[in-house]
Amino acid sequence: MSVPYAKLPAWVDYGLIPLINLAVAFLVAGLVVLAVGESPLRAASLLIEGAFGYGEGIGFTLYYATNFIFTGLAVAIAFHCGLFNIGGEGQAYVAGLGVALPCLWLDQFAPWYVIFPVAILGSALVGGFWAMIPGWLQAKRGSHVVITTIMFNFIASSLMVYVLVDVLKPAGSMAPQTRTFAESGQLPRLDWLLASFGLDIGGAPFNLSFLLALVAAFVVWVVVWRTKLGYEIRTMGHSPSAASYAGIRQSRIIIITMMMSGALAGMMALNPIMGDQHRMQLDFVGGAGFVGIAVALMGRSHPVGIVPAAILFGVLYQGGAEISFEMPQISRDMITIIQGLVILFAGALENMFRPAITAFFATLGGARSDKPLPAAE
Amino acid sequence: MEYFDTLIVILQSTVRVSVPLILAALAGLYSERAGIFDIGLEGKMLAAAFAGGAAASVTGSAFIGLCAAIFVSVCLALVHGFASITQRGNQIVSGVAINFIALGATVILGQAWFRQGGRTPQLSGDARFTTVELPFAAEIADIPVIGSIYSNLLSGHFLLTYLAFALVPFTWWVLYRTRFGLRLRAVGENPGAVDTAGISVTWMRYRAVICCGILCGIAGAYLSMAMTAGFVKGMTAGKGFIALAALIFAKWKPVNVMFACLLFGFLDAMSIRMQGNELPIIGVVPVQFMQALPYLLTVILLAGFIGKAIPPRAGGVPYVKER
Repeated sequence: MSVPYAKLPAWVDYGLIPLINLAVAFLVAGLVVLAVGESPLRAASLLIEGAFGYGEGIGFTLYYATNFIFTGLAVAIAFHCGLFNIGGEGQAYVAGLGVALPCLWLDQFAPWYVIFPVAILGSALVGGFWAMIPGWLQAKRGSHVVITTIMFNFIASSLMVYVLVDVLKPAGSMAPQTRTFAESGQLPRLDWLLASFGLDIGGAPFNLSFLLALVAAFVVWVVVWRTKLGYEIRTMGHSPSAASYAGIRQSRIIIITMMMSGALAGMMALNPIMGDQHRMQLDFVGGAGFVGIAVALMGRSHPVGIVPAAILFGVLYQGGAEISFEMPQISRDMITIIQGLVILFAGALENMFRPAITAFFATLGGARSDKPLPAAE
Repeated sequence: MEYFDTLIVILQSTVRVSVPLILAALAGLYSERAGIFDIGLEGKMLAAAFAGGAAASVTGSAFIGLCAAIFVSVCLALVHGFASITQRGNQIVSGVAINFIALGATVILGQAWFRQGGRTPQLSGDARFTTVELPFAAEIADIPVIGSIYSNLLSGHFLLTYLAFALVPFTWWVLYRTRFGLRLRAVGENPGAVDTAGISVTWMRYRAVICCGILCGIAGAYLSMAMTAGFVKGMTAGKGFIALAALIFAKWKPVNVMFACLLFGFLDAMSIRMQGNELPIIGVVPVQFMQALPYLLTVILLAGFIGKAIPPRAGGVPYVKER
């Protein structure tokens, strides 16, 4: 088993194996639904119906997907550098300050198109800063980024509770949240986009930050695959020693990658704060930072994979809400299970079916001698 | 005297909240010393707490509850083992997955079986662990200082509490004085050498992971059957991560683990106690700061500003036999 897995055609590597892993994850999730005493098939049809059946559903699906594109990209770019950023949740949470403060300061006298760029910059800077510290600690002090980012999630959570309860809460209010922004602190909805397909968005908070997420996905692709920096990042990820022989300054790349990762996670805060609630609430991230891990693994850390993976999780979030109306046994927590299963099968067990598939393709193309047979090990 | 009584009360709740931390951190110690990083302590503990609460409420026996808790936790530990030892997958990813599966599954199954919004029914009588009074606790309670310490601080805990503290020297003994412990440490530092000596790295690591599962199971059972009477949705509330922090803070050493857990437990007890109270000199410290302190301390330690925490060398690296 010590030889690397035999080479497979690209479509198997990037298409078939991820799909098989995903199918197994959903199969196991279906078993859980069955164990609870509901029909998995009916649950699946309710899911699709709830997520795509009508305009408002699609609006909500894409609204959730926006969050996951940002956090998925954040995890993915760190993966390329061989770093595992579990801190997306905390980075997005703290970055809420970068969105909320400009809105609170400027919403009385500036229009939304002035506030929006400031908020983008603010969220990226604050999120980037929150990720830079673990990055710096890994690069310069040798503490592992996984542990520090976990710790920073908890520190972020305590910090934000303090800020919301003791600093930003308007006097006389009980709820730990900022005041509601004036209209210029609110992002325009993309109802025209869905209307062009003849769909009515209804009350769905599908907003401009979705387009920003798509732009971010494109920028990530350009940076990672079309720039010198991206080449250095990927080299670091494949082989840190090769990178250092090539004269790449490791600590610089680690810190820059973590900052970009944090900035992407941070921009996620725009969507719920400026796009939906129009104020900053306790726990507005709601686990999106962690969903990013599943999205990045499922999308194989490539923007082309991440966007559909994010939409799939958007479907789960929106359709899952619909299911819980019809099937009270299946609450939102079902998504948490699916998320865990996807991370398990698409991440930790990604090579479980590879030997069998390799053997299968080896028997198909047995004459081709350049592919070592697994049996020959 | 009033200050002394307050101190006893705080120390008593320190012991109470430290127990799950000690058990979980020791669980992590077995696993990580063998080279398997485990950030799934939280999930295993949560699943065990649920299994314990559910089994105890159905059967009415705390012992069966404990067994169920250990069984479920070991199963999850084996999933982690399968992913990270046999499949050589990413150990961090696998741990994250287990946390999410446990978080979701406990609520979904709890709701389906008991229909109480993810809770298990309240445990009472034999279904719950009872506290143990040490001998003569009542008799000497009136003696100043010593009596108070003995009967309020040392006596009147759950059996699992004494077990947890007994496990600290036991773990030290296993790790540093037995052949199993030597091999366990070796497999985490230099698995190649262990393999050369003709010992199976795979089997060694699986045993370590099973030990981890057993201890997480006990920790979970303590949460749902001793500390409180029944499982509540998400009841571990980050304790698994605090335990992980304590394990690192203790530099992967058993006795240090106990002190680190007691320190973090003390901070927790203080933050509850101090809510709104002023401290001399410093003034009011926000509760959130106290809650964040264990994590802050761990980050500072990891950064090498107080000592240096060096993880087991082969930690996180799947073992591939040379050919």
